[in-house]
Amino acid sequence: MRSTYSHYRLTVLIIVTAAISGCMAMMAPPANLDYSRVRTSVNGRYHAAIKPDGDSIPQGKLQKWTLHLETASGSPIDDATVSVDGGMPQHGHGLPTKPLVTRHLGNGDHLVEGMKFNMGGWWVVKFRVNTTAGADSVVFNLKL
Amino acid sequence: MTSTVSRLAIVRLVALAASSVALLAFTLAATATPRTTSATWTADERALLRSLSLSALEKLPADPSNKYADDSAAMLLGGRLFFDTRLSGNGKVSCATCHAPDNGFQDGLPLGKGVGTAGRRTMPIAGTAHSPWQFWDGRADSHWAQALGPLESPAEHGGDRTQYAHVMRAHYKDAYEAVFGALPDLRGLPERAGPVPDTTRSRAWARIVPVRQDEISRVYANIGKAIAAYERKIVFTPARFDRFVEAELAGRQHSVTDAFSDDERAGLRLFIGKANCSTCHNGSLLTDNHFHNTGVPQSTDGAANDSGRTTGVRAVMASEFNCVGKHSDAKRDDCSELRFAVSEGSELVRAFKTPSLRNAVTRPPFMHAGQFASISDVLAHYNRAPTAPAGKTELKRLRLSDSELRQLEAFLNTLVSPVGFPGATASRGATAAP
Repeated sequence: MRSTYSHYRLTVLIIVTAAISGCMAMMAPPANLDYSRVRTSVNGRYHAAIKPDGDSIPQGKLQKWTLHLETASGSPIDDATVSVDGGMPQHGHGLPTKPLVTRHLGNGDHLVEGMKFNMGGWWVVKFRVNTTAGADSVVFNLKL
Repeated sequence: MTSTVSRLAIVRLVALAASSVALLAFTLAATATPRTTSATWTADERALLRSLSLSALEKLPADPSNKYADDSAAMLLGGRLFFDTRLSGNGKVSCATCHAPDNGFQDGLPLGKGVGTAGRRTMPIAGTAHSPWQFWDGRADSHWAQALGPLESPAEHGGDRTQYAHVMRAHYKDAYEAVFGALPDLRGLPERAGPVPDTTRSRAWARIVPVRQDEISRVYANIGKAIAAYERKIVFTPARFDRFVEAELAGRQHSVTDAFSDDERAGLRLFIGKANCSTCHNGSLLTDNHFHNTGVPQSTDGAANDSGRTTGVRAVMASEFNCVGKHSDAKRDDCSELRFAVSEGSELVRAFKTPSLRNAVTRPPFMHAGQFASISDVLAHYNRAPTAPAGKTELKRLRLSDSELRQLEAFLNTLVSPVGFPGATASRGATAAP
């Protein structure tokens, strides 16, 4: 249910952003985007860091990422349920794959498999994190 | 008299030479405009141009699901099977019937014509070994699984796997066994049987015990793997575009063989800029190997209400010949494209695979069921971005002028080059040895 709701919210976000950008679609992404690979969740519950394989994120190739999760006070999280979603706000479409967290690696690290970006431009990747402390989302911006 | 004739001949020769030089100069001026203008590209544009060039193409990826993919004996066997009409229900259809080598491995028809008429356009083969998905709807996740689809399709080869196993034993026993090991004992099996729509043959198949069905299906899968070993050697050779990029990025003076006209240059700028073509037509093969709804009209003759990837993804997930199936040589971890494929959602509706634009202009009619007769019709469609017959188009209106559309078309013509394949001996037409 939560996952459906999360997907719904992301879809609405993408549609609204696409509508606002209107004829801006396909153009350069907004200038003030934060492309940091370390982010705090929307409601401040968690800190998250993504570690793609290598320094740059290749286009058109499946990748494995490590997602590191910590509480707001800095304790590693190993018992989270995590779902992955995303897309291209300016194009109005989602990810070309359905990535999943396939393994808890310990020390707050989670293996994310199935990441792929089939075109250049601005992408968002959203992790919906759920623990006993509650649910929250972390959104990363990427520029390929 | 003789001397007058000689003088006249010399005058004519000089006049002819002068006019030829003038014509050549005019042609060069009109079509080549040699110059160096690398400074006019931004750093991002230069990186994009490099990424579109064939020189940036990665080494052919291994196919873990087919351990014979790079076996030369399998490739030679596959090449023979590719052209063998005995692999069909009526003895008249081979892979090459629709994938004609002298026509860029396609047939130029709106819908493929084998034993009957297929529901979609024949796809070209060159470079497709780089794609994780085959067919317009991606209903196969390897070259070998793709090859098996048409063989049992009633509209294409119209045969069945028991028939093909008999063909292998009768005509290819030694070559098959040298690659794949001993053929199974086929004695007592019907001549024609398989899991096909024809009820006589499907009932005959149902009467075969499972262990022998498995043996026949293994031979069938190996036929696909041999054909795949051949097909993965079908490649694009460098086009004028690739030579242009190489010279342009090196800041080198363009020669006649790599120069662009003003229209071609303007078309390239539109392609990577205002027209958004390189969004999906990206990478060295000018395809993102993904599926998109571009609002292409319904075909009047092709499959009714073709839903594209919606049904394609279900088919590949259920296929006995997919990457995780028992006939695959891959480990589960090698099958990530299948494991992480998007399997549902509105974005799949009427989404079709992005074709490579290399040699695209040589392949009318266009789109998945030949809906457009000319490349200018295709460009007009993208410019207009009409509502999709089902699902939602990803296109947005481009508002390109007629001259911009003409420039784009001029650029697409620079992407033409011979297709290389095993056994090709001369660079004729659209074919050449790689």
